[in-house]
Amino acid sequence: MIINCPICGPREAAEYSYIGDATRVRPEADNIDLNSWSDYVHQRQNPRGNHHEHWQHSGACRSILCVTRDTLSHAISGVKLVGPYSEDTK
Amino acid sequence: MSGFRLHNKGILINKDAPIQFSFDGKKMNGFKGDTLASALLANGQTLVGRSFKYHRPRGIYSAGPEEPNALVSLRQQGRHEPNTVATGIELYDGLIANSQNAWPSLNFDVMAAIQIFSPFLIAGFYYKTFMGTGQRFWHFCEHFIRRAAGMGKAGLEADPDRYEKANIFSDIVIIGGGCAGLIAARTAVQSGAKILLVDENPELGGASLEEEATIEGINTADWIAETINHLAKNNNVTLMRRTSVYGYFDDNILGAVERVSDHKIEPENNQPRQRHLKIFAKRVIIATGTIERPLVFAGNDLPGIMLANAALRYAHRYGVAVGKNVAIFTNNDDGYQTAIQLKKLGVNVTTIIDARTHTNFTLDGIKSITGHVVTSAKGSKYIKQIDIAPYDHSDHSIGDIQSLEVDSLLISGGYTPMINLTSQTGTPAIFNEEIQSFIPGPPNRAWQACGALIGAFELEECLNTAIEAAQNSQKLLGLKVSPVKPVTVSGANLKAIPFALTEIPCLQTSAKKFIDFQHDVTVNDLQIAHREGFRSVEHLKRYTTLGMAADQGKTSNMNALAIMAQLRGISIPEAGTTRFRAPYKPVALGTLAGRYIGNHFSPLRRTPMHDWHIEHGAEMIEAGLWHRPRVYKKSGETVTDAYIREAAAVRKTVGIVDVTSLGKIDVQGPDAAEFLNRIYANAFLKVDVGKARYGVMLREDGYMFDDGTSWRLSPTQFLMTTTTANAATVLSHMEQLLNIDWPSLKVHVSSISDQWAAMAVAGPDSRNVLQKIITDIVLSEEGCPFMAVRHGHIGQIPIILARLSFSGERAYEVYTGSHHGTAVWSAIIEAGQQFDISPYGTEALGTLRIEKGHISGPELDGRTTMGDVGFGRMASTKKSYIGSVLKQRPGLNDPDRLSMVGLISTDHKAIMAGSYMLDGDQNIGHVTSTTYSPVLKKYIALALIKQGDDRLGEDLCAVFPLEDEKNNVQVVDPHFYDKEGAQLYV
Repeated sequence: MIINCPICGPREAAEYSYIGDATRVRPEADNIDLNSWSDYVHQRQNPRGNHHEHWQHSGACRSILCVTRDTLSHAISGVKLVGPYSEDTK
Repeated sequence: MSGFRLHNKGILINKDAPIQFSFDGKKMNGFKGDTLASALLANGQTLVGRSFKYHRPRGIYSAGPEEPNALVSLRQQGRHEPNTVATGIELYDGLIANSQNAWPSLNFDVMAAIQIFSPFLIAGFYYKTFMGTGQRFWHFCEHFIRRAAGMGKAGLEADPDRYEKANIFSDIVIIGGGCAGLIAARTAVQSGAKILLVDENPELGGASLEEEATIEGINTADWIAETINHLAKNNNVTLMRRTSVYGYFDDNILGAVERVSDHKIEPENNQPRQRHLKIFAKRVIIATGTIERPLVFAGNDLPGIMLANAALRYAHRYGVAVGKNVAIFTNNDDGYQTAIQLKKLGVNVTTIIDARTHTNFTLDGIKSITGHVVTSAKGSKYIKQIDIAPYDHSDHSIGDIQSLEVDSLLISGGYTPMINLTSQTGTPAIFNEEIQSFIPGPPNRAWQACGALIGAFELEECLNTAIEAAQNSQKLLGLKVSPVKPVTVSGANLKAIPFALTEIPCLQTSAKKFIDFQHDVTVNDLQIAHREGFRSVEHLKRYTTLGMAADQGKTSNMNALAIMAQLRGISIPEAGTTRFRAPYKPVALGTLAGRYIGNHFSPLRRTPMHDWHIEHGAEMIEAGLWHRPRVYKKSGETVTDAYIREAAAVRKTVGIVDVTSLGKIDVQGPDAAEFLNRIYANAFLKVDVGKARYGVMLREDGYMFDDGTSWRLSPTQFLMTTTTANAATVLSHMEQLLNIDWPSLKVHVSSISDQWAAMAVAGPDSRNVLQKIITDIVLSEEGCPFMAVRHGHIGQIPIILARLSFSGERAYEVYTGSHHGTAVWSAIIEAGQQFDISPYGTEALGTLRIEKGHISGPELDGRTTMGDVGFGRMASTKKSYIGSVLKQRPGLNDPDRLSMVGLISTDHKAIMAGSYMLDGDQNIGHVTSTTYSPVLKKYIALALIKQGDDRLGEDLCAVFPLEDEKNNVQVVDPHFYDKEGAQLYV
């Protein structure tokens, strides 16, 4: 599998570490509801088809990416930088 | 009778280059160009192995990678390699091969007696025999079964050879160097695309080497040679021989193994033995051709029975005749074509038995018996006689049996396309009625199949499908496509159109009829599977282990499917087929590992002071990848003596320990304090510049994650330390939070573990030692109070000094740039001579912290909460931090949870780490860390036990059943030494 790092270019999956589901959202700091935190930490969708996942380019630039991957074919249809330098944040 | 060399035949061997090799210790002769199989046949070696389950005698069955029988152990000592396929081994001078799975010898194998029990060794044997009998019976039998069943044994010596890895990027990768692959390459070469053609054999040409046709006006052999020459002249084409593509992976990445030196006695010129290739292909053209299919009858596994096409290859390529009185059993015209060619080469084919009632072929000097089948082959270790009988298609009945004397029987049951790679991509195979086999379905990725693989058996059609595949690939890559004339071929072999597969008369007799030779699966096993309800192909495969041997059922799958379809009364496509998985051919683990072995697999991390430690008698211990001093032994000391002395010295005067392996993370930015406040469970906002604070991190689920100190170097900068084990995980955890969850925090983190050397100077005299060499830091209680962080120098060398203590004594951590590590360490040692400074290792470090009741790795095992280890009140209740909500879950606050206590052995003996804690016969917890305490002069330990806080003073028992150890212990406060912390200020 090849992931196209926006910083380094296309690199093999072995250079990356899988972090996890990119669709979950951390509850706000003032939220003290056990259930919403438990859902955030423990509950995951297992979609068939396109899925958004966080990967880290841990063997190189260490940037964190949001990868859109088809869980059936492993085909990657999008890679975006996550964090303060991502397009979305700007 | 057995095989022999033909006069003046063999296009691949060089009779002027004789070669000596040995098989089972017997010296034999061959020629350069031979395979081990062809040379064994030429030497009359008919028996080459014993079968997996029944230890039946087996001979060479094929001439290619489909070989199910002829598995041998190759080479010796470190180069020993079991289960290599004799048909794929190129002969070299001095080759040593041995047979497998036979004792005491191949010829007389006592385990062959196991056949008497064969009615029991049927499909589902393990389930039927061992389920419900209890573990004991299985454990008793396992040893014998494992010994009896199996193949070669792996060697125990290290392999002296090197294995390499390489990546190859290509526009068009062509798999298979037969005529189809060659013409595809020739077609695509004009486009300028980067082309890679791989073939598993040492010679290109594939099955067409046996074709006697005329292609584009020249004979096949010349056409092949010319095409190869033409391709070799083009820089954009790479031809790789001896290279097997074993797997088709995601993103059009192919896994392949190049056998660089397997055809030599040992690798030359620093070449590796094998090279693992990762091929990144834009388009793939698959032209893997076909293999011949067996026919099924009683005793069909006897040595002397072989695929017809294989016998032709042995005669044509290596000049070896398989016998003197050869019969062919066929169900298609190709059997006749093979017979004619064999006859021309000088092989005495006497009879053809054809299951069909009619053929257009007429043969000179060969008796053709149509409408007949072979019902059984007979002989003890070699075929002597076959039984044939008339066969009635309408009711599958068999007439009167007559016997024929033969010394070889060749089988021609049609051809099976090698769909392994296309099947790996997940594309379903489609049944082709004409050739009675599966062919690849429509491509689901950037590949295209062509040639015989898609059923284009006849040479002209085969070549033209390959041209079309090449042009289509160019087009899809956006490359120039020049018009190419279709190729014309004359005099080619006719398409082999077999008799329907399901017409297998053999079902009517009861003797052993083998389907999967390598796993000894018979027709009987299939019938049992059917009877017992394991009817779908997936169940059939798993229940009988059919097709699950190292050959992946290359010769067995189609016949098995046909038989199951017939038993179920459905068609073959209705029965379906299983999906092939990588590897198509076995791949050695060494090849996959490549050079990532030993220290290249897990690199060794040395601290800057490593050499000093070694020079001063340190015994090193691995801590993750790090090598750290365990103890510094003086002469005559045991490890225990040494750590007790070292720990006592720290309590009495002063010691120094290398703590470089701690993780160190630089946290910078205006929001650095806010960030740490969110990730540590205790308050961090109000840490003054020049102060350190101990912090505990939780995971999001509320359990403890890591601990360490963070030093505020400036309003916007912290130096964070982590445990050695979690250095990388903590960094990644912080990066994730900063990027994913809190992108608005202005903080940057970077690992500085390798940039800093770190050492702790501990003991009542520690200040006195440092005072001698540090002049620019005031070390008084006011100048450098507990938890103070100061910048200063030792000589010219800049350092950071932090007054922290893990040992419980007055102590200072000294950090300096890695390259100054040894200089600073040596300066402290020298200054400490006067105070009898003692370097100490990880054992004494552990002793000191256990005496103080400080937690470390064994207590931070991922299952403990802050409350469990006595940190309950340290956690902030005023802020939100990682884990702050989920740590309040009821289960994490259950009064019945384990909590940390101290133990003292009342038996005065060492407590074993990992012991169970017993209260009566109730298991109430376990021992985490243990040591001998020089201060208490007692064996002590830390343990996690239920209601620990209420058990102080109780007598319990620590047991270690693995070594039958039992230790009476008393529960005490985990702070064994100086609970008030007075020693910090001595």
